[in-house]
Amino acid sequence: MKQVLLGNFAVARAVALARVDVISAYPITPQTLIVEELSEMCARGDCGAKFIKVESEHSALACCMGASAAGARTFTATSSHGLLLMHEMIHWSAGARTPIVMVNVNRAIAPPWNLWSEQTDSLSQRDTGWIQLYCENNQEVLDTTLHAYRIAEQLRVPVMLVMDAFILSHTSEVVDVPDIAQVDRFLPPYNPEVKLDPADPHSFGSITGGAEYQELKRIRHEAILRARDVALEVDSEFDAIFGRKYGIVQPYRCDDAELILLTSGTTAGTARIAVDALREEGVAAGTLKVRLFRPFPAHAIAEGVGDAPKVAVIDRNVSLGAGGIFAQELKAAFYDMDRRPEIIGIVSGLGGGDFTPEAIARIAHNAASAKGRRGEAVWEAL
Amino acid sequence: MNVTVEQEFVCRGHVACPGCGAVLAMRYVLDVLGKKTIVVLPACCWSVINNRYPTAAVKVPLFHTAFETAACVATGVRAALDMKGDNDTHVLAWAGDGGTFDIGLQALSGAAERNDDIIYVCYDNEAYMNTGIQRSSSTPFGAWTTTTPAKTFKTKQKKNIMDIMAAHRIPYAATATIAYPEDLMNKVRYAAGIRGTRFLHIFCPCPTGWKTAPDITVELSRNAVRARAFPLYEVFDGTRYRLTHEPAQEDRMPIAEYIKPQRRFAHLTEAEIQVMQDHADEEWGRLMKVTETWPAG
Repeated sequence: MKQVLLGNFAVARAVALARVDVISAYPITPQTLIVEELSEMCARGDCGAKFIKVESEHSALACCMGASAAGARTFTATSSHGLLLMHEMIHWSAGARTPIVMVNVNRAIAPPWNLWSEQTDSLSQRDTGWIQLYCENNQEVLDTTLHAYRIAEQLRVPVMLVMDAFILSHTSEVVDVPDIAQVDRFLPPYNPEVKLDPADPHSFGSITGGAEYQELKRIRHEAILRARDVALEVDSEFDAIFGRKYGIVQPYRCDDAELILLTSGTTAGTARIAVDALREEGVAAGTLKVRLFRPFPAHAIAEGVGDAPKVAVIDRNVSLGAGGIFAQELKAAFYDMDRRPEIIGIVSGLGGGDFTPEAIARIAHNAASAKGRRGEAVWEAL
Repeated sequence: MNVTVEQEFVCRGHVACPGCGAVLAMRYVLDVLGKKTIVVLPACCWSVINNRYPTAAVKVPLFHTAFETAACVATGVRAALDMKGDNDTHVLAWAGDGGTFDIGLQALSGAAERNDDIIYVCYDNEAYMNTGIQRSSSTPFGAWTTTTPAKTFKTKQKKNIMDIMAAHRIPYAATATIAYPEDLMNKVRYAAGIRGTRFLHIFCPCPTGWKTAPDITVELSRNAVRARAFPLYEVFDGTRYRLTHEPAQEDRMPIAEYIKPQRRFAHLTEAEIQVMQDHADEEWGRLMKVTETWPAG
């Protein structure tokens, strides 16, 4: 059924549709509407989960980890400083192989205080062993939440779904909310083979030496690498039932492009409009949206980029002293490829500036006229 | 004393220091809670005591977690069991004094305020023993630790965790120690029979950190009670108090005698020991007042 939903409400609907057992969360702007709506839905009986309102984000994720280890399907949501406070448990829950699904509403990190969109929070968690999926619109948010449970539970790797502050979280869009019976066909109940069970007692997470430790890390690494294939399989199955397909990257007018704008999240949609305008001006531009960030879909991106000589990466995030994070990942990915385009890293939109089609077209023009390979990021004000 | 234990759940092969009080504590608690128990274990001595992968010293499921998360992980485990209709498995958070008095206090307070249905045991050896004897807020006045050298020993009194837990008005909080296993097990049994947040503060002497002989751990535990350094009592709903063991007049022991075998106090002057005695007397007097004013009946 089609409904007009804020991005945050689309998340809440998906959590109910996924028949989550245990929710644990702590409020932070701009995630708050997720926990408010889920509280209402649980109170009304529209969501069957037990919702534990904890005293911090750190405890929220720890609580989800305990519940997941005991065999429950779990959910949490946070943003910015909440995500950073969770950092220790982000590592721990991944190491414990608890397939938690978390929504992070991208928000800038203080100081100075800023509530608006920036991806530095989620991207600074890239080395924790979570799969990360970036969403462009509210339909994708709802659908990807359902994908996330399939991917997480199949691989026993937690999944972070990432959406832009306000641009999605507080914006109403038409969302096709699926029927729960259909969702049940797509997402079976979670019944892990291994869990905390008095009938089959084990100690989880006991001390190991280096050899065992490294082997466990390698196994986790392999599991995360499999997420590229699993995400595509899940996407196809979802498409077969619901008629919507996303892929792990989404190229747009890339085939004959001289310049490709690499984007993620909501910037992708605006970049498509900018590309159409650039094409009308005679600039052979294309754009490629990266949906899956961990594992980084290097080959899918390379395929999308094709023979294009230049890629401009628009990063609404920064690793200070290094530049935009998607740009770094892309450069690392292309180093091993036979065809290596010129890659221009553009840091822009930090703390919530608006990527209008005109702003993106301007960024594209500047990138098109830039000469030679450059290591340093270009900072573009909006 | 006559206690029948059907099955032990702490087995041989643990790697505790000789004379460790915390091993006895776990053994007595699991003797009562039994097979249907899930242990949540933050960083503490027991993270090591349980032994390395693939062995385990406890025969119930055990989940190792981060230092400050015992209470909230236990809450999560409980929630999962409830959702599956398993109401009779006990969820036991098992943390040291550092993980309870200090770094884990926020999560514990959160769980207690929500009255989450968990049994939380703090086994208290009065310092960060697993990391090599650093002071915690449970370390008593006067003690040497590696971060409170004898010249600048700890000058603050031990934090009163029972008062903090009572202030949350949880259904049950009790102190216990390994020298009084019957008392300890009665308290665990009572805790196991009710719902909500149940807190047990179990005093566990540590030969390594206290610089004592490994064969006097139980004696030290008994002497702490005799010296009124660690009174045995219960608090119901955070408001009604009951003393479960009052040392007979002939059993009473001055603090000086209790601390004498503990080389962590070897540097103290008589005046400093008197500070400890005064504090113990004051705390005991206060406890007597509350148990008389608000008796458990």
